[in-house]
Amino acid sequence: MSKSLSKHTPLLDVRNLTMKFGGLIAVNALCFEARRNEITAIIGPNGAGKTTVFNCLTGFYKPDRGAIILTDKDGRSHSLERMSDFRINNKARVARTFQNIRLFGGMSVLENLLVAQHHKLMRASGLTIGALLGLVSYREKEREAVEKASYWLEKTGLTNRADDLAGDLPYGDQRRLEIARAMCTEPRLLCLDEPAAGLNPGETKILNELLLDIRDQQNISILLIEHDMSVVMEISDHIVVLDYGCKISEGSPEHVRNDPGVIAAYLGVEDESEVRL
Amino acid sequence: MEYFLQQLVNGVTLGSIYGLVAIGYTMVYGIIGMINFAHGDIFMIGSFVSLIVILGLFSVGITWIPLALVLVLAISMMITSAWGWIVERLAYRPLRNSFRLAPLITAIGMSITLQNFVQIVQGARVKPLPPVITGHFTLMEKDGFAVQISLMQIIIIMTTIFLMMAFSWLIGNTGLGRAQRACEQDRTMAALLGIDVDRTISLTFVIGAALAAVAGLMYLLYYGVIDFYIGFVAGIKAFTAAVLGGIGSLPGAMLGGLVIGLIETFWSAYFSVEYKDVAAFSTLAIVLIFMPSGLLGKPETEKV
Repeated sequence: MSKSLSKHTPLLDVRNLTMKFGGLIAVNALCFEARRNEITAIIGPNGAGKTTVFNCLTGFYKPDRGAIILTDKDGRSHSLERMSDFRINNKARVARTFQNIRLFGGMSVLENLLVAQHHKLMRASGLTIGALLGLVSYREKEREAVEKASYWLEKTGLTNRADDLAGDLPYGDQRRLEIARAMCTEPRLLCLDEPAAGLNPGETKILNELLLDIRDQQNISILLIEHDMSVVMEISDHIVVLDYGCKISEGSPEHVRNDPGVIAAYLGVEDESEVRL
Repeated sequence: MEYFLQQLVNGVTLGSIYGLVAIGYTMVYGIIGMINFAHGDIFMIGSFVSLIVILGLFSVGITWIPLALVLVLAISMMITSAWGWIVERLAYRPLRNSFRLAPLITAIGMSITLQNFVQIVQGARVKPLPPVITGHFTLMEKDGFAVQISLMQIIIIMTTIFLMMAFSWLIGNTGLGRAQRACEQDRTMAALLGIDVDRTISLTFVIGAALAAVAGLMYLLYYGVIDFYIGFVAGIKAFTAAVLGGIGSLPGAMLGGLVIGLIETFWSAYFSVEYKDVAAFSTLAIVLIFMPSGLLGKPETEKV
């Protein structure tokens, strides 16, 4: 194998993840990996526990059992299940978007991207005292932040909307802005919860290109929840299929597409013969 | 006309003090959705700290007024900010995820605690301070009635204008301001973007307390007497100002403070001093009937 050692270890290693809500087992002893510079998709029928997995990853829920380990390029590992929410972004560098868009609607598009770089800026400004005094080092950092924001505005085609309120953008633009905002936190792992929901076919195509660009040009791994198979099958390197909180299949798009168990979970056993995912 | 002008000057001065305190209420409400009833008492503590520091400075021989004032301002802002921070850390943060009324009740408890604390350590009697800044200018004189503005009034109004501009800039243009607005709109999302929400909230209390300290110092210099109870009255007035302007809105708090200050002064001047509070609170009631979200508040629209 020509790959280096760190290439071997997956970026994200989820082991035996279990999450219960009262008597309901939302995620049951789930194990999967997300490899570096790959797009890993989690699919499954509604209620399969996909978003619960995301919520455990990003610190919303404390899992009842299991470990979520993110190993960075230098070989340091972060136990996400033990970190508090903002450290997951700061230290482990995991960013996420939501199924229902959660932009800061009352702030401009540019500000949404700047606020995502707050951690870096705050340190440079020495808790804002530097900013108040107008220190050169802070202005330099602020300029860098604006540059980074402009880069992502251009990538997502939102440059001419930079000063509009984020809440005033059309739906498709808001979706892309959410991704741009997540990217501004310089993540190692980008978690996208149904990024294609509500997009028309044209917008979906643009989204696919954006995600492939993030993987190939930025070398960032993506974890994706999606129902739109034109997205999942086209761009995923690896697919994990969940049903009732358990992993029922895993593999390449080709493998999953032809897995009878997956087809049964999605459409019921009787229709197995007619299904084309 | 001259009488009116004189009252206008007095009203704007009083409104400035209310406005500075009101910002503290509105900011905290904006970011965590609770009314910090202890904020008026933070203002009172600011006043007391200022008094103690001034007397201390005089006793060690620093009597050059401009230097003394700058020192008092700096020290008082620091100590009062620390109080604001402690109150948040001890009384509100542990209840952050509790039910909505819990921090509100704690705030009332905190207010009583601070009042009693000061009453015990400083005594219940009023504390006088001889006039530190004297001198006034006559704006116009007619038929023996002179419209005057004192140096103290000028300082209060100018300081308030400066602080409000600086503060608006802080909220609008710095990273901290952006983080605050982000936390206001969606705290969980802000945390997911790497913003330390707890620290941002702490800083909000610290900034509010610092502004209250300035207001406390100005109150002390303007009226010359303070006691442990001033925080209650000023706090209620400033809270009224914040609600009148639209709670959560910063320009609203400033405007509200000004309006309440002017109403009080004019009512005292033209009608009766006894009923000035009635006038102020009635105005609030009337405005809220016709504009439920205050003068500058944004109505909450629910998307269906």
